[in-house]
Amino acid sequence: MLKGKQTWVFKSKPTIIASSAVGGPKEAKGAIAEDFDILYSDIWLGEDSFEKAEKKLLEDACQKAIEKSGLKESDIQFFLSGDLINQIVPSSFTARTLGVPYLGIFGACSSSMQGLALASMMVDTGFANNVLAAASSHNAAAEKQFRYPTEYGAQKPPTAQWTVTGAGAALVSNKGEGPKVTCATIGKVIDMGISDPFNLGAAMAPAAVNTIKVHFEDLNIQPEYYDLIATGDLGMVGHRIVGDLLKKENINIPEEIFTDCGLLIYKEDQQIFAGASGCASSAVVTYGHFINKMKKGQIRKMLIVATGALLSPMSYQQKESIPCIAHAVSIEM
Amino acid sequence: MEKFIWAFIIGGGICVIGQIMMDIFRMTPAHTMSTLVSVGAVLGGIGVYDPLIKFAGAGASIPIISFGNSLFQGAMMEYKLHGIIGVLTGIFEITSAGISAAIIFAFIASLIFKPKG
Amino acid sequence: MSKKKKELTLEQEEYKKYAESKEVKRPVLFNCIRAFLVGGLICTIGQAIQMMYINFFDFTEETAGNPTAATLIIISILLTGLGVYDDIAQWAGAGTAVPVTGFANTISSAAIEHRSEGYVLGVGGNMFKIAGPVIVYGVFSAFVVALIKIIIMELGGI
Repeated sequence: MLKGKQTWVFKSKPTIIASSAVGGPKEAKGAIAEDFDILYSDIWLGEDSFEKAEKKLLEDACQKAIEKSGLKESDIQFFLSGDLINQIVPSSFTARTLGVPYLGIFGACSSSMQGLALASMMVDTGFANNVLAAASSHNAAAEKQFRYPTEYGAQKPPTAQWTVTGAGAALVSNKGEGPKVTCATIGKVIDMGISDPFNLGAAMAPAAVNTIKVHFEDLNIQPEYYDLIATGDLGMVGHRIVGDLLKKENINIPEEIFTDCGLLIYKEDQQIFAGASGCASSAVVTYGHFINKMKKGQIRKMLIVATGALLSPMSYQQKESIPCIAHAVSIEM
Repeated sequence: MEKFIWAFIIGGGICVIGQIMMDIFRMTPAHTMSTLVSVGAVLGGIGVYDPLIKFAGAGASIPIISFGNSLFQGAMMEYKLHGIIGVLTGIFEITSAGISAAIIFAFIASLIFKPKG
Repeated sequence: MSKKKKELTLEQEEYKKYAESKEVKRPVLFNCIRAFLVGGLICTIGQAIQMMYINFFDFTEETAGNPTAATLIIISILLTGLGVYDDIAQWAGAGTAVPVTGFANTISSAAIEHRSEGYVLGVGGNMFKIAGPVIVYGVFSAFVVALIKIIIMELGGI
């Protein structure tokens, strides 16, 4: 049901009956390693290209989530997935493997919540019983496509972010136990003229602010309603900016409940510049770490605001600025 | 011995110029290198780069600026021998070793190595 | 330097300034010091290699430049292949990028990266992805400067 300008309220409260998070070697050495279902020891995953490795990450995440739910592929009506690779090839190839009717989505790093919102909408409206939503990213594949060859010696500035090698999947159903998706706010594209692809946090922050503001307005609630509000991958720079901009809009999110997924994945001593990024950033933290905390009773209501930078290598070369988007999904136990 | 000191200072100094271009002027490495190499050709044309190489040795011949100078010197060398067409035939004369080595060994490297990510 | 500013609204301009103030500042001084040290070191090593070619092989001051450059190129490519060049470069910045070592690294890193797309279109087609501009602008500048110099010379100048 539509509430306000851009928010869907899911009356039937679709349930995340299973979720999974998989990661690579850097994630294995990170701060939330125990919340991953599978951790790989190298970024090739036994494949002969980074792109094929990302496909394997996504396949494993999806199959793990399905396994944990006790369902079979044939019980799932639809599969929604997105990633950063050109033409979202890893997602399409994973769909081929799963054999489930497929809707490919692209929201850059906001794909995880875009998928979860759409999956919940499909289940809530009776257009499906079980929908699988997933997202993935791979550090080397993203660097190769968006920036430079991975062995190239360009000095990254401190505002750069580290793309997570990982994937997360969530199975949304109209019956079963688990955290419930209560509502979702679909974001608008916001472009504040930032054109530096090495400072995406600053580019994406205004989009997060816009979506968060609309979410609270549409539902007429206060930030304190939630135990946790997390942005997807704004990193240190973007997270600071969002806090400031929200205060200007008279929205005060208490510091202790406000965090960013990209700041939680790695440890201080891992060289991650301004923080983690990539579709997997919000996906692995939400579908692994946060859902585990929900199941332990440590979080009851959370709002995940995944942010995406909608640029391409060519748009940057053509002197375009970076349009961004943020989608927010609220999950309650 | 003195040669080593000047090689260090001039070589390091040119790198600092490059660092300033990247950090303060926010130029990408490709833009920085392209600018430096063009500057090398101009300095070669003015006639100051060859004396710098004599003075600082590898400090001036190793940075990418030298590449621009060598391209220019090659063109002029052939011009003196063969007239205006020499400008075209001579450009890669001096730099052939460097470019050829880079291509050949980069190709061999792609046969042996995988990227580490 | 070559970025044209798009027409930004006042709000966007203000945000841009604000965002810049929130950036983690680049440690410019440290970067310059590191670039100086590493760049100077590489050139000093180059000088040593050059002297080796002059004294132990039959090269002169003029001709030793080529094998010296080639030697440094091969070393850079080896370090790139072993996966250590980019780590050194993150620390050294322009110190590894400006010397000819940087040129060798751009070519070899692109070649190694695109091996997964095959040897013709992958390696062959992408090798000059980053080095291409250097060669194009080097050749074009040399050409223009040479023409200008020749015209000045022909008109009885230098």
